[in-house]
Amino acid sequence: MNRPRALTNRLHRELFATPLDGLITVALLIGLVFALKALLHWSLTQADWVVIQANSTLLAVGRYPLNQQWRLWLLTALLCGAAGISWGLLRGAGWPRSDRLAAAVLLVLSLLLPVGLGLAAPVQQRWWGLTALLLVGRWAAGRWGGDIPKRGRRLLPLTWPLLYLLGLGLIGGGLGLMTVRPSQWGGLLLTLTEASFAISVCCPLGIALALGRRSELPLLRWGSTLYIEFIRGAPLITLLFLGQNILGFLLPGGLAPDRVWRAAWILTFFAAAYVAEAVRAGLAALPRGQWEAARSLGLNMLQTLQHVVLPQALRVALPAIVGQFITLLQDTTLLSLIGLLDLLGVARAVMANPEFLGRNAEVYLVLAILFWCCCAALGLGSRSLERRLNRQHLRSQP
Amino acid sequence: MHTPWWRNRRLLPLLVQAAVGLVVLVMIAYLLGNLVRNLSAAGLLLSWRWLNLPAGFDISESLLPFNAELPYWRALLAGLVNTVRVVLIALVGATLLGTVVGTAAFSSNGLLRRLSCTYVELIRNVPLLLQLLFWYFVVFLSLPDGSAAIQLPWMVLAKSGLHLGSPQLVNGVWQGSLRITLEFAALLTGLIIHSGAFIAEVVRGGVAAVPPGQWEAARSLGLHAGQTLSRIVLPQALRVIVPALNSQYISLAKNSSLAVACGYSDLYSVAETTLNQTGRSVEVVLILLGTYLAMDLVISLVMNRLNRLVQIQER
Repeated sequence: MNRPRALTNRLHRELFATPLDGLITVALLIGLVFALKALLHWSLTQADWVVIQANSTLLAVGRYPLNQQWRLWLLTALLCGAAGISWGLLRGAGWPRSDRLAAAVLLVLSLLLPVGLGLAAPVQQRWWGLTALLLVGRWAAGRWGGDIPKRGRRLLPLTWPLLYLLGLGLIGGGLGLMTVRPSQWGGLLLTLTEASFAISVCCPLGIALALGRRSELPLLRWGSTLYIEFIRGAPLITLLFLGQNILGFLLPGGLAPDRVWRAAWILTFFAAAYVAEAVRAGLAALPRGQWEAARSLGLNMLQTLQHVVLPQALRVALPAIVGQFITLLQDTTLLSLIGLLDLLGVARAVMANPEFLGRNAEVYLVLAILFWCCCAALGLGSRSLERRLNRQHLRSQP
Repeated sequence: MHTPWWRNRRLLPLLVQAAVGLVVLVMIAYLLGNLVRNLSAAGLLLSWRWLNLPAGFDISESLLPFNAELPYWRALLAGLVNTVRVVLIALVGATLLGTVVGTAAFSSNGLLRRLSCTYVELIRNVPLLLQLLFWYFVVFLSLPDGSAAIQLPWMVLAKSGLHLGSPQLVNGVWQGSLRITLEFAALLTGLIIHSGAFIAEVVRGGVAAVPPGQWEAARSLGLHAGQTLSRIVLPQALRVIVPALNSQYISLAKNSSLAVACGYSDLYSVAETTLNQTGRSVEVVLILLGTYLAMDLVISLVMNRLNRLVQIQER
């Protein structure tokens, strides 16, 4: 059978198998065409994208001082370089199809997006430079990464936490750099800082809580259960509200953290309860024999957890945990309700500007696309990591 | 052989627990001590007498009759009733939408399957708050008014609200037997569409858990697609669906606290106004946490009852 014939056959089977299916298909197609036409018409003729162009810096970093923004560029460059090198080390010298696709998408995006947004020429060039850095890092690490001795390679993942701390230092200043107070951070910068902080701190907390909930010591078990159920029973907004209004009363005067950090800690404690539930499900999926076998081999509690229990439990819990991270990233939008200038907060401030009145749709659309891309990328990454881990798992089975 | 005390399997757990308990107790005592000291310095020691003072603010829409002279507790109660109203309606709506979209994922029509999948992926990856703001500010607030309003046979969508029950245009103002405010409509739409996507995933997972032999057996008995779904597959899928629905319903109830973004006066938004007026932060937060916890418990109780009904009755 030739190809067009196969295609029509498949279309027929998929879309017009029965008269009812045909009817549904036609109705859906008509609806889709109308919706797409309306969307295209709006975005090409009625929408006014000046609101995004004029406020791109504001949306990206908020009121971060203009003469200090080189620090953020430096940080972005470091992150791009590290990401490229990690990518290369993971994949080796070859460029499989998915890598070529990702590189092509990156190149096209970096060439088109800054121009499309009408960014200033130096900013455009910086984006090109960043993309080049990422790809060169990928190529160089893939080419020569294998030459690094094994002991050195094991230390390499440690660069990420170090880079994170360095990044916080670069953003906040101190040690000779001008201090930029957290109240001046904003936009995407604040959203990403809060989300990444909460994600990295909530994980160990969540694992500890999950172990506590399954502990044989009643006090630990009750304490963890009480905490998890209390947090899960309350809407995040009331907890943020609690953080902003009561934390100041709970701590001695002057010791309470800045509003931005208060929110970050509340997000962390909130997410920890949900991560704990995900990890608990992973622990529950582990047969008791694993514990007993490890203990009877003479491993102590810590070794059992580190080498036997947690690697298996976390692999089961991984999809649920990443799901929580995605929720957490989305939940940062709630910061705008307590008066912080995260991405949504800045966007609402922009829309309140009389100059851009009535331009809500454009701003919300751009924000939605940004969030969608971040969350979808997280989900995609989690799924590929899951497949990779499952493959390794299958291979290591006898 | 004599075991040293740090290897004693009976003593050690007790010691660990005592240490953890002591640390937690000391921390709680320290925080509470600070709280009492700071609150009394601010003249805000725990008291519930302010609940009987007149509220002094109005609530834009309320099922209970309310005006500014009524006390704070009446305001909070009106907010709670508003929350319960939107949660109940959204529960029904999201369940219907989720069931339709979730079963559409098993349709023989490829387009319908992909649309259902796209809807779920689109909604789950965009924050709810953004969606609510979109529905309120972009969709509902841009509705035309007066004679330009969108007129359906049984409903008129105008900027003054959604008018149901054969509405008439009187002096440029729509008059119908029932008016739904834009704030309520936007919140309800946002919640239904958001929760609908999550419930669709739950329903899809439940239906996928039914063995394919059940479909084939039903078809070979001569049942058509609708009957197969409603008589054979869904009743079996419910055993998987109902426990997962419980947590979806609870998050729907909690998500309703984002009503403040659409300007709807739910419990949280009334509580925020109350706090701003009275400064009674501890009491207000306690009321909020307690109420939402109670709401979650009620949902869990009802769903557990339902769960017992749908599980397999063996002899």
